Amino acid sequence: MTARPDALPTQEMTINMGPQHPSTHGVLRVILTTDGEVVTRAVPDIGYLHRALEKIGERVTYAQYMPFTDRLDYLASMNCNCAWAWAVEKLAGIEVPERAEYLRVIVCELNRISSHLIAFGSYTADMGAFTPFLYAIRERERVNDLFEMICGSRLTYNYARIGGVSGDAPPGFLEKTKEFLDYFEPKIDEYNNLISYNKIFVHRLANVAVVPASEAVAYGLTGPSLRGSGVPFDLRKDEPYSVYPKFDFKVCVGAGERGTTGDCFDRYMVRINEMRESVKILRQAVAQIPDGPVLAKVPRVFKPPVGESYFRSECPRGETGIYLISDGSVNPFRLKIRTGSFVTMNIFEKITRGLMIADIVAVIGSFDIILPEIDR
Amino acid sequence: MEQAALALMNAFPPLAGVPPWAVTLLLIVAAAVVILVFALTFEGVGSLVLRKVAGDIQARIGPNRVGPNGILQFLADGVKLVLKEDIIPANADRLLFKLAPYFVFVGSFAAFVVVPFGVGLIAADLNVGIYYVMAVTSLVVVGVLLAGWASNNKWALLGGMRAAAQIVSYEVPVGMALIPAVLVAGSLSLQDIVRSQEGLLGIFGWNLFHNPFTFFSFFLYFTAAQAETNQTPFDLPEAESELVSGYNVEYSGIRFGLFFLAEFGDMFIVAALATACFLGGWNVPFLHAGTLPWIWGNLLSLGVFLAKAFTMVLVMMWVRWTLPRLRVDQLMRMSWKYLVPLTFVNLLGVSLWLLVFKGKGIPGMIASLFG
Repeated sequence: MTARPDALPTQEMTINMGPQHPSTHGVLRVILTTDGEVVTRAVPDIGYLHRALEKIGERVTYAQYMPFTDRLDYLASMNCNCAWAWAVEKLAGIEVPERAEYLRVIVCELNRISSHLIAFGSYTADMGAFTPFLYAIRERERVNDLFEMICGSRLTYNYARIGGVSGDAPPGFLEKTKEFLDYFEPKIDEYNNLISYNKIFVHRLANVAVVPASEAVAYGLTGPSLRGSGVPFDLRKDEPYSVYPKFDFKVCVGAGERGTTGDCFDRYMVRINEMRESVKILRQAVAQIPDGPVLAKVPRVFKPPVGESYFRSECPRGETGIYLISDGSVNPFRLKIRTGSFVTMNIFEKITRGLMIADIVAVIGSFDIILPEIDR
Repeated sequence: MEQAALALMNAFPPLAGVPPWAVTLLLIVAAAVVILVFALTFEGVGSLVLRKVAGDIQARIGPNRVGPNGILQFLADGVKLVLKEDIIPANADRLLFKLAPYFVFVGSFAAFVVVPFGVGLIAADLNVGIYYVMAVTSLVVVGVLLAGWASNNKWALLGGMRAAAQIVSYEVPVGMALIPAVLVAGSLSLQDIVRSQEGLLGIFGWNLFHNPFTFFSFFLYFTAAQAETNQTPFDLPEAESELVSGYNVEYSGIRFGLFFLAEFGDMFIVAALATACFLGGWNVPFLHAGTLPWIWGNLLSLGVFLAKAFTMVLVMMWVRWTLPRLRVDQLMRMSWKYLVPLTFVNLLGVSLWLLVFKGKGIPGMIASLFG
């Protein structure tokens, strides 16, 4: 359409999406410049949840920092707990009892399931179908019950300890976990039947916000967001830590099932499939778990040797890397945390250009961002 | 109304001294009040049922605090809406902001006037019935646009624009999908359309089974009407997860309540039109409700009509809690590229059918085979 010289001037509209918006998954603020419904520019504005977690890390002892990692990603506290424990253990060279490592893997994978459930549920709610969200919450409740059983807490667990875990699994925990797995595995098919392959749902997600593999790598995406682009990179396989090498599982990647590889649908499906793989790992872990102590002997006043270390582990939202410098005192000299959600903000502006407003919501949901991870 | 007034004056001699226009006016007011009460009750109970159905579908309980099993929840909600502070944003266009909910509510409520509830239960049997419904529900567009514009909120404006585009687009397929029923009956009056489905064929007398094209147009109508009244999966104007709440985001208290009531009113109108035009309306199967004694005929037909309409409402709620939402461009494409052409082809098919088979439907032809 050519503009007539006497036509009324049109203007792009700047809209503020967030920090109070139901679909920005927290307090993300996106500044949208739109031409009607078409977004010409979407700039994420972060920092509304900044709590200086890294600075706090320099002020408290290594053990005291454990509860703060709960708040690093409140939907996957167990993964963050364990990441911190593994990082400090790597720095200090502590041997962890095998039973503790098994318990860590069990809680991490359970937490991955519950985190992916929220990702799946809130994503469908973003797309306008609220019912699957409540189904996901129903299943997550069972995971929370399990966590309550093992550590007494339902959201911020503070379960891992430097050198092990805070307590052994209570009697019946492993049986309950098995029961949950038997209950949960068929539910994934139920989700797929209900919503994943729903025509409207597929149309909303397929070919939207395609991230090619090269770009995903270039922008440093990790976790399901990277695997959605077809890059089979999973730290549990590629840089094995803990007892993960003992388990047989598959790295799920996006394959352009309904559109182009790397679209929102692929990122969504990777999470759904990963829940299956987590179930697989859990079954093996529950069957193989050895007896023994769950906490290594770590001195009460814990002073790691001078040095530095970087440890990264696979969290539900991508790689959580913890960089620690120790000067031999009780506090870390420097702590830097790299999170999966934060790096997705880099590519956000690039891939959202020219999408519709409703697609912005789809993109945010497909990266499964969580704000405490972005702002730390 | 005037005839009814005259009949009433003849039946009750004490009324003889009153001028006929006064009785007519009284009757009009009475009819309006009855319909308003019905609409409000439906909207209240509808909201409760909606939430209960939602609870059932979503594996939870739903409201269960107010009254036994939560059945008084809608009263509590109503009282809350009335008592809440009515906030008008500082930079809003005050006049338009106040006006908008009335447009929406009137647009939805006025359509109740021609809904044929029973043999004689219709507030005004207009000879342009369907046309009237289409015209009067268009008022909703004005209200929604006004609300979006006057709120001085960009999200509300987007919602209002979406609503206007959507309602205008989907009015075309809605109207086109209703015309087959008009063609079969040969009248725009909803009462005539219902009567045309009368007969000893029972449910096979319904327009739904008249011929393949009317069968198809029922589904076309139902889909398009869901979109026209902004029901899920076409609830883009109030897409909660995208536009926060759409055009009514700045409204609170009873002004919001009016939008809310109108939404349920629209739901009933869609169900009622589907019932009247395709599902036999108030016709009691195998009975001539019109030949029964007045009171029984009306009660029976009212019950049948409401049962059918509420079933349709339940289907809408079911859809609402199952499907995700379309994107705005997909919605427009669906209307103009699929529904509009389909309804036109369908209309052509019905017209040809009526021409070729002299207005007879398949069940009618089968019935005439057996004498």
